[in-house]
Amino acid sequence: MTNHNKLTGLLYVVPALAFVMAFTAWPFLQMVWISLNDWSLITPPTFVGFQNYVDAFTDSQFWTSLRFTLKYTLYITPILMVGGYLLSLLVAKNDRLSRLTRTVAFTPVVIGLGASSLLWYWLFSPNYGLVNKLLLDLGVIETPVLWLGVDANVSLWAVIISITWKVLGFGMILFVAAIQAIPHEVTEATMVDGAGFWQRVRKVILPLTRRTILLVTLISVIGSLLAFDQFYLMTAGQPRNLTATSTFYVYLNSFPYLKLGYGAALSMILALIILTFTIIQMVLSRRSET
Amino acid sequence: MTQVSARRTTTTAEQVDFEAEAFKSGRRSGGFGRGRSKYLIGAFLIVICLVMLMPIVMSVSASLKTTQEAAAVPPTYFPSELSLVNYQKLWSYGSGMPRYLTNSIVTAALTIVLTLALTIPAGYGLARFRIPGKEVIFMFLLVALIIPYQALLTPVFLMFSTLGLTNSLIGLAIVHTTIQLPFSLYVMRNAFESVPHELEEAAVVDGANSWQVLRRVFLPTMVPAVITVTLFAFVTSWNEFLGALVVLTKDTSLTLPLVLAAARSVTSLGSTDWGMLQAGVTLAIIPCVLVYLLLQKYYVSGLLSGSVK
Repeated sequence: MTNHNKLTGLLYVVPALAFVMAFTAWPFLQMVWISLNDWSLITPPTFVGFQNYVDAFTDSQFWTSLRFTLKYTLYITPILMVGGYLLSLLVAKNDRLSRLTRTVAFTPVVIGLGASSLLWYWLFSPNYGLVNKLLLDLGVIETPVLWLGVDANVSLWAVIISITWKVLGFGMILFVAAIQAIPHEVTEATMVDGAGFWQRVRKVILPLTRRTILLVTLISVIGSLLAFDQFYLMTAGQPRNLTATSTFYVYLNSFPYLKLGYGAALSMILALIILTFTIIQMVLSRRSET
Repeated sequence: MTQVSARRTTTTAEQVDFEAEAFKSGRRSGGFGRGRSKYLIGAFLIVICLVMLMPIVMSVSASLKTTQEAAAVPPTYFPSELSLVNYQKLWSYGSGMPRYLTNSIVTAALTIVLTLALTIPAGYGLARFRIPGKEVIFMFLLVALIIPYQALLTPVFLMFSTLGLTNSLIGLAIVHTTIQLPFSLYVMRNAFESVPHELEEAAVVDGANSWQVLRRVFLPTMVPAVITVTLFAFVTSWNEFLGALVVLTKDTSLTLPLVLAAARSVTSLGSTDWGMLQAGVTLAIIPCVLVYLLLQKYYVSGLLSGSVK
């Protein structure tokens, strides 16, 4: 290490550095500039200052999409966290059935969000889907439920069910890892004390896996705030764009509508929200390390 | 994002080898399970497995129905007669499935090559050299993680229009590489840091230059990290939807996820051609599940080291 030239080291880093500058940093600066212009691609851009941001604040569809995204995040995060954690407690041992359950529960995580959305789009189809078929056969419902694109709330829950299936295993696997990393002596000691299972969870396991809980929460919050594929493919924003998420609305403005300046301003707002959560994540995970 | 935290991450990842000796004794922290409750939990876990597998099984089952049965109301759970007609229709859909599959495979391959070509040297440089301002450089490289790529698609699209990279698989691979870069860099730097100094010093004493050291000393020990990075780059690229939606518009350049989305509007007997759509879903799922089952170990360790940032 000491023998190597400092500049040689830099040389190895330069390609990655250049790539990030060209395809992340530069587009970001460009986006700041675009967001200050009125630009529809066919007409040349005109500088309008912060007008796009002002417009966003009075755009009711922008607020609708932001509220819907927050609602989705607020509903799905506790489901994923509590569900994933309980599941991880059940499968943290290394017997054959636990290992099998871990493998199976993680499988939906590896398939694409697009493929899983189209799979559930079919399962939730009113007449052709198996969800209604099963519920009708079991006598839970008497007429087919119109799951997707008719009622915003029903659509939201349908998407939540599909995403829970898709990503529950993600939290589970990280929680299992954290639980297994607890030193053997610690759990042995509480066993000797005669502590019951729930007491052990509360007093030992939960506090010692705090860092992972925090991390998974923030990963799933950020993921949910950026949700796009599942809504684009399952509800297409219907009814009346009530299920269009923030990313969806940015996409609609930038591409189909070609309001580039306005789309860029919306992107900036979205990026700022995500940035806030990322900073919270970094600060919290650093603090809980010490 | 200090070095200390990076080292800690490495240990966590290594500790969690699911096959580790310590856990084989069966008695382990955290699990339920004495007496009767053990059977209850066992039954519950089997139910969980069935629920998790059901949608995939149903998709495969629907893909094997005949055109009539796939359009039946009410639907059947399992095909009464097996048929490959959905796969035949899918094969000749649009510009033909071979074309779309090639697009997806080429994009994934380019993403893998690009990601490795950038992160192996960068990980080496950052872990093994005293570069001035190293931490600043590392932080800067990770900004790609902080700015969500979804927010950057407008300027990237404009840039690609000027460079002629729209409707180009290279363009899409660049987008996919920016998504994968922070994770891969993290994995690579950690891998380079965990190699003992003695190995490197011996080679340096023998008069090897840094490039030779990288090739002879480091690369052989980097195999697990390379597999992890390759695996995640493949899965991301194969499945990514929004970037592809923005960059690719010409039918002949589409990748698999876009084709599936388009296939939704194909009708057969008065409704979406559900059988063909599920054949497409099955086709898209197969490589991901196969790769996961074969390389599960790398999957889990990569996930642990990559998400504990």
